Amino acid sequence: MKKIRVGLGSCGIAAGGLKVWEFLQAEQANLAPGVEIQKTGCIGMCHHEPLLDILEDDERVYTYGGVTPEKAQEIIDWHLSGQGSLEKYLVSSSQQPNDYIKPQLRIVLRNCGVIDPESLDDYRRQGGYKALAKALKSMSPDEVLAEIKISGLRGRGGAGFPTWFKWNSTRMEESQPKYVVCNADEGDPGAFMDRSVLESDPHSVLEGMIIAGYVIGAANGIIYCRAEYPLAIKNLQTAIAAARENALLGENIMDTGFSFDIRIKQGAGAFVCGEETALIASLEGERGMPRLKPPFPSQRGYWGQPTSINNVETFANVAWILEHGGSAFAAIGTEASKGTKVFALAGKIKKGGLVEVPMGMSLKEIIFTIGGGIKDDHEFKAVQMGGPSGGCIPGHLLDTPVDYQSITSTGAFMGSGGMIVLDETACMVDMARYFLDFTQKESCGKCVQCRIGSKRLLEILESICAGEGKAGDIELLEEMALQVQSASLCGLGQGAPNPILTTLRYFRDEYEAHINDKNCPAKHCKHLITYTIDAERCKGCGICVRKCPVNCITGAKKEVHHIDQEKCIKCGTCLDVCPGKFAAVLVN
Amino acid sequence: MNCCCQNKKTETNQGTHTDIDLRLMDEVINHHRGEKGSLITVLQKVQDIYGYLPMPVLKEISLKMGLKPAQVYGTATFYTQFRLKPVGKYLILLCQGTACHVNGSERIETALAEELKIKPGETTDDGLFTLDSAACLGCCSLAPVMMINGQAYGPLNSEKATRIIRDIYAAEHLKAGEKI
Ligand SMILES: Cc1cc2nc3c(=O)[nH]c(=O)nc-3n(C[C@H](O)[C@H](O)[C@H](O)COP(=O)(O)O)c2cc1C
Ligand code: FES
Repeated sequence: MKKIRVGLGSCGIAAGGLKVWEFLQAEQANLAPGVEIQKTGCIGMCHHEPLLDILEDDERVYTYGGVTPEKAQEIIDWHLSGQGSLEKYLVSSSQQPNDYIKPQLRIVLRNCGVIDPESLDDYRRQGGYKALAKALKSMSPDEVLAEIKISGLRGRGGAGFPTWFKWNSTRMEESQPKYVVCNADEGDPGAFMDRSVLESDPHSVLEGMIIAGYVIGAANGIIYCRAEYPLAIKNLQTAIAAARENALLGENIMDTGFSFDIRIKQGAGAFVCGEETALIASLEGERGMPRLKPPFPSQRGYWGQPTSINNVETFANVAWILEHGGSAFAAIGTEASKGTKVFALAGKIKKGGLVEVPMGMSLKEIIFTIGGGIKDDHEFKAVQMGGPSGGCIPGHLLDTPVDYQSITSTGAFMGSGGMIVLDETACMVDMARYFLDFTQKESCGKCVQCRIGSKRLLEILESICAGEGKAGDIELLEEMALQVQSASLCGLGQGAPNPILTTLRYFRDEYEAHINDKNCPAKHCKHLITYTIDAERCKGCGICVRKCPVNCITGAKKEVHHIDQEKCIKCGTCLDVCPGKFAAVLVN
Repeated sequence: MNCCCQNKKTETNQGTHTDIDLRLMDEVINHHRGEKGSLITVLQKVQDIYGYLPMPVLKEISLKMGLKPAQVYGTATFYTQFRLKPVGKYLILLCQGTACHVNGSERIETALAEELKIKPGETTDDGLFTLDSAACLGCCSLAPVMMINGQAYGPLNSEKATRIIRDIYAAEHLKAGEKI
């Protein structure tokens, strides 16, 4: 055995990975003398965390899931006894990757879950900083730019703007100093692609930024990272310090005369600060309010100077492109959407986590082949893409390939890569209400359409969900949605109505049921459902009586229980605690 | 004795103001004074010191950094990270992200609010728990999730969530009992 690896990304830690790590550190001398133990980031199989890898001398890698200290011991003993892999905990291996891993193509995530994110040597062993050396030592900035243009790389932060174009327009500006900014604000609720890359492979982002600096002629880079990502910030700090020590950042990088440095600025929790002009205001210490474009940040950005802003995932692609050539990248994906895209699969999906697939793969393949389908074998209803500016794509469009155009044509939006899977228990009116609640709270308040429009839209949705919808509400929603969309200042307001428009487009009948019949077909909306106890099924076990937080359930032991509808707060505790074999709580 | 607005929480907040040692933040201010665009960083560091941003502290920052009080207050209220009120010993962040929402976070909020007898955003009278929410805690595969003082719990249901709170409460009271 060569190495034992423990996944310690945020998801691994949340699932208990640290316990395994501490156990291994303490017991290593007894357990597996001479074997290296290493921490690594996130491999993407969040549903199997905590994960542990065994690397055998023949370079084969065995990945185990749901690991505890006891299981770790068992697995290690088994391997050391020469019996091969321990099948009962094995989730994947290098020779036989599972269905989750096999269809993926990992460019951005190439090192995630493989290297120790705190080790520059590890990154270099995987070919790290070779692209930078190639760029600085043997290519002119124009040649690098040409390679990025050939690759067809488009921004991964949402809008899909061609990266070379943005770099070039910043490059063409004459004013100095210029800045490279990495947008690591990742505000979409339910999306964690960028966090994973920053935590698991911070050097790949630094390398991309340095190359960008070389192309546009900037000497300073700033990473605007949300403060909610403490581990990402810590790993970035470690990476920056190591890069400085090794002449990869700072004055005279690799003895080429090129100088570039990077610092981190922590966000303070405002979704709108992901928008580039708001981000710049926030970098300058102000309230994060967007402004009208043009001038674009490439012309007048940070302190009024030319600034190129790109997303984390965009930067993480750059070194790979230079190392393998723009045409190798362009060979992946579709005609207009090149390369791969990372998605965060979550919601009612069996196997949630991070996946990276070539552009053009169908939604069906991602959700059903990789993600394993719907949790508890429920029925697929829709997939939400693009976060609060995105939309819900229904079942009959599951063959849609994921590329910028195709997703946009469904009314949704590629966005940064959140993919939330919904089953038949999701109420689509409530989904629209949920997103409007989010955008309404996050609206910065600068423009009237967004500030007041989102509020009014939310109020209508709330009243529909509460069973107080009126005839004409749908038409009013549609009319106002179009106004907010067309008249808002920035992407937040312009995108805010999308969740309403797509659910109206594909699930209009649900709106009508709420309004006309005062009925929530998905049995979700609190005001439109009642919890009752099925007299046939109730065995009078008393669990719900004891657990109900408002004591609204009555009934002696062994007698059928009863819920007092006047007192019930519809928290669903009775449903949660009623033993599965009885399943006596009904939702109507 | 009773404040006319009956708002006990404000009363206690103001009570603590007199004990605030404004000198604790001198180092941060001196380090960043005159640095363009450093207000957010200063607020973050100062909040780390006091646990929140009391009004006298905001006034002091504006005075020492030479910024208008409106700018300091405006920035502090714009970002959700900044708190103008103290938090309880246990800060409960209930995830309101999309993955958690579709997995039933709303029901958990109802149950927790009922258990703690507070509304989201408030702190219990004994100063033990603050119930707050977060946009996404980044452990979507454990949805629905809550985080208490940095430790993530999931997947939850209403019953599990209340039990976790009751366990903490019981442990706290046991500790207090032992001391006596
Ligand atoms: C409301 C709003 C929020 C945004 N949030 C993010 C974000 O969290 N991360 C990001 O990279 N881009 C975000 N963007 C997109 C950025 O404005 C910008 O287009 C992007 O960072 C450019 O990088 P790219 O060209 O590499 O995609 C957001 C845009 C809007 C309108
Ligand atoms: S949505 Fe709750 S952790 Fe991501």
